[in-house]
Amino acid sequence: MSSNKDIKILVVDDFSTMRRIIKNLLRDLGYTNTTDADDGSTALPMLQAGGYEFLVTDWNMPGMTGIELLKAVRANPDLASLPVLMVTAEQKREQIIEAAQAGVNGYIVKPFTAVTLKEKIDKIFERIESEKA
Amino acid sequence: MTDNNTVDVETLARAKEYVKQLEAGNQAQADLVLGEITELRESELFNELGRLTRDFHEAINGFNSDERISLMASSEIPDAKERLNYVIEKTDEAAHITLTAVEAALPICDSLDGTLAGLNDAWERFLSKEMDAAEFRKLSVTMKNFLNSSNSDLTAVKSNLNEILMAQGFQDITGQIIKRVITLVSEVEKSLVELVRLGSGLSVPAAVEKNEQSEKSKTASNGADLDGPQVPGLESDTIVQSQDDVDDLLSSLGF
Repeated sequence: MSSNKDIKILVVDDFSTMRRIIKNLLRDLGYTNTTDADDGSTALPMLQAGGYEFLVTDWNMPGMTGIELLKAVRANPDLASLPVLMVTAEQKREQIIEAAQAGVNGYIVKPFTAVTLKEKIDKIFERIESEKA
Repeated sequence: MTDNNTVDVETLARAKEYVKQLEAGNQAQADLVLGEITELRESELFNELGRLTRDFHEAINGFNSDERISLMASSEIPDAKERLNYVIEKTDEAAHITLTAVEAALPICDSLDGTLAGLNDAWERFLSKEMDAAEFRKLSVTMKNFLNSSNSDLTAVKSNLNEILMAQGFQDITGQIIKRVITLVSEVEKSLVELVRLGSGLSVPAAVEKNEQSEKSKTASNGADLDGPQVPGLESDTIVQSQDDVDDLLSSLGF
């Protein structure tokens, strides 16, 4: 991703303020091609429609939660390799482990800083790059 | 108690008798009939009061034995107070961070504004050839300094704007906490309605029941089993304390 800042990113959170914060931070990092959704059940059809290369999602949302969305993404052959970063206020050990087992690529607890977001995104893409190489 | 729409025949008969005696001028007899009417009324009232007392007693007993209610009273309501205090704390903190950043950025903007106005005036005079060489050299230095400082000034303003941006994260955290408290309040409301229902023997007003159902459907899929934002002093046992802990845990899992 460091090489391509035009990738399409989907930001999923039930709080519109948080969606705006994350989108603004991403723009500050150079990622301007962002779209948002307010829960998993809205996000999944958007992802299935294609074109997204990165997913940032909250956990606790009405309708379909972030962990359900993550599992649905991993279960879909077209989306299985989509990098997923979870940004959530859920900070129980069991939950972090559950997310890891479900195949999350990064986990950020709220409240977070701009630096943390940058670090985690960079790390996810470094890993993907090194796996490709 | 007698239905509001039908007249108690016995009372009516006595009332007619009372009027009849009064019209006939038999005061003593009339008083006697009035006494009977009062007595009739009182015994009905006492019966009703007795029934209410019994129902109320049963309702209170039922209430005490409900574990859910005692849990709400002993821990969830005090917790809710803690949570709401935390909301005040977080909103206060965010407001102060925002105000501090604005207070830091405004003077920078004012100073940029002032310097720009001065440069603009000088530049106009230069363009209309009203400026001598010595003054132009001065203008050139001022211009150079402005170009240098405006860069760092803009960086400072941008950093203030970013602080304001990040401070808005409070809305998500406090929103999640308040949603939980609302769920608790509607549960308390439900219990109170139940108490009123048991106590009065009346059916629950339709409006309240409808309200409860819509609350239920709203909160049903709201991840009620999730912990949400941790409130200082009320943390669950197995939480991680910071992003560093999250990173450690994930790296121990091979991330």
